Amino acid sequence: MKGLNIIVLAKQVPDTRNVGKDAMKADGTVNRSALPAIFNPEDLNALEMALSVKDKIKNSTVTILTMGPGRAAEIIREGLYRGADNGFLITDRKFAGSDTLATSYAISQAIKKIAAYDIIFAGRQAIDGDTAQVGPQVAEKLCIPQVTYAENINAITAKDITIKRRLERGIEIVKSTYPLLVTVHSSAPECRSRNAKYVMKYKHAHTETELQESAEDYLKLQVERPYLRIAEWSVQDIQADVELLGLSGSPTKVKDVINVVLQSKDSKTYTTSDTDIESLMKELIDNHTIG
Amino acid sequence: MKNVFIYTEIEDGLVADVSLELFSKGKKLAQQLGVKLGAIAIGAELKDIEKQLFPYGVDIIYKAEDSRLEIYQNMPYSALVSQIIQENQPQIVLFGASSIGRDLAPRIASALKCGLTADCTSLEIGDHYVKKTETNYTNLLYQIRPAFGGNIIATIINPDMHPQMATVREGVMKKEIFDINHQGEIVHIDSANILKDEHFVVEIIERHIEKSKINIKGAPIVVSGGYGVGSYENFQLLYELAEVLGGEVGGSRAAVDAGFIEHERQIGQTGVTVRPKLYIACGISGAVQHRAGMEESAMIISINTDANAPINKIADYTILGDVATLIPKMIKYYKKNAK
Repeated sequence: MKGLNIIVLAKQVPDTRNVGKDAMKADGTVNRSALPAIFNPEDLNALEMALSVKDKIKNSTVTILTMGPGRAAEIIREGLYRGADNGFLITDRKFAGSDTLATSYAISQAIKKIAAYDIIFAGRQAIDGDTAQVGPQVAEKLCIPQVTYAENINAITAKDITIKRRLERGIEIVKSTYPLLVTVHSSAPECRSRNAKYVMKYKHAHTETELQESAEDYLKLQVERPYLRIAEWSVQDIQADVELLGLSGSPTKVKDVINVVLQSKDSKTYTTSDTDIESLMKELIDNHTIG
Repeated sequence: MKNVFIYTEIEDGLVADVSLELFSKGKKLAQQLGVKLGAIAIGAELKDIEKQLFPYGVDIIYKAEDSRLEIYQNMPYSALVSQIIQENQPQIVLFGASSIGRDLAPRIASALKCGLTADCTSLEIGDHYVKKTETNYTNLLYQIRPAFGGNIIATIINPDMHPQMATVREGVMKKEIFDINHQGEIVHIDSANILKDEHFVVEIIERHIEKSKINIKGAPIVVSGGYGVGSYENFQLLYELAEVLGGEVGGSRAAVDAGFIEHERQIGQTGVTVRPKLYIACGISGAVQHRAGMEESAMIISINTDANAPINKIADYTILGDVATLIPKMIKYYKKNAK
């Protein structure tokens, strides 16, 4: 039986829960190098959904696609450790400054290069921007339907998929044929942990750039085991028009960024003592704020 | 004329609050620009929708009706909205940052190759000068939103590629009737000509939408908790206080992420915006994203163990202490002194 070809769009994001002072550059873009980098949480939900399809439909493959600086290869290794089959890193200085439109263009070009796909899974949104735009924009560029906010796969066959969507005030169950792009909500099942067998198999999986920068010589190992090579794709590799990338390909510009200086209000400070709390509650009742 | 358009969300024949709020804001922008306010309305049958829209200052309604359009679906709706925008060339298009708006707007932005800014907390008209090319842009839409990280507000513009599109969360803008007698025109869109069978490959099998039971936006008192509340159990104290005071409970994003409270109660840039008479912030540090959703509250009380928490600076009263000790005391002394 023919399996399904699945692509997972994953992003390495700065951990916004640990933001320091150097988080922004003067031009208003994010200074990614100053922050710890993690696998975007909802992309892990997307990876799990992809792996669950692979479990159910025999002969299916899961490919991780990520875009970012060289160190984003880590995302692909994390995917391989959990059961993905291979991965591609789109990386080029020319991508710098891309907004969601330029980013979705680059990703869609890479997907066209991969060519064979039935389902593309992506997290609903990335925690560094919370825009939730890249998934739908990639679907539009590929001229395929999108199903956003997926919480669960209710049924799947080699021909179609039934998905439960989590909406603001309810749920919706939809059915679609392939190809299809699905964005996955945080309420979907959590991603499985790394599998020791795959960690052993892929721990030396590296990109060309990583090989060059590494003190150890993995080249021989990669010749013996070609699956250890993580492909890096440049603008040229994905046949993208450089005008449609980076700042020139981004219709949105950051006009300015201001640091908010809080003007202290005339504030009264209380302690937890009974006298303090009683006097506060009395004051609020007297000025009709409560009661 | 390059008008201002709003995508109109309609559920069971009623225009959603988030859209009405955007009409109020859109009307002001349109007046400032000296242009008209347009509404894009799509559905199976939109009889009388104008009665809901014209009082908010809508000048033109682009109505697309088709029996297949009863429930929102991405592909047919985005095809129609894209077509209406292309034909009429508005300079600004706004969408609610709802499940629907966030599904629809990016697809349209991609099709039209224009910019889109998510979750704006303020929209203004302004100019922009580019030194390098000595180009002066006038009357651009400033799309203002808290950006990445701490205390930062970014102004985003789309100088060259129009329309300028943005999404705005429910509650951010104020809903106000413009003129109860205002009248406009209706343009009927030939939906059958635009819709294709392939737009309907994703089939809706089941749908359950509940009317929101939680009404934080309309509550006069909001007791809100952050990560500093510490646990789901401690959050129950907030519910007790809210019940005694006749208010609702909200939470910061950190509290939602930690599982202390449901997402529907999230206050801030990616949640609901509230303007209550009294806002009690418990264990909330007060990141700009949170403040964006509550700083217009008439009175703010901050309960925090950290004297330097940013929220204390915008609070009228600060109580230094922990929630578990304080809230029972507040309930006790409220009950003792209430008239």
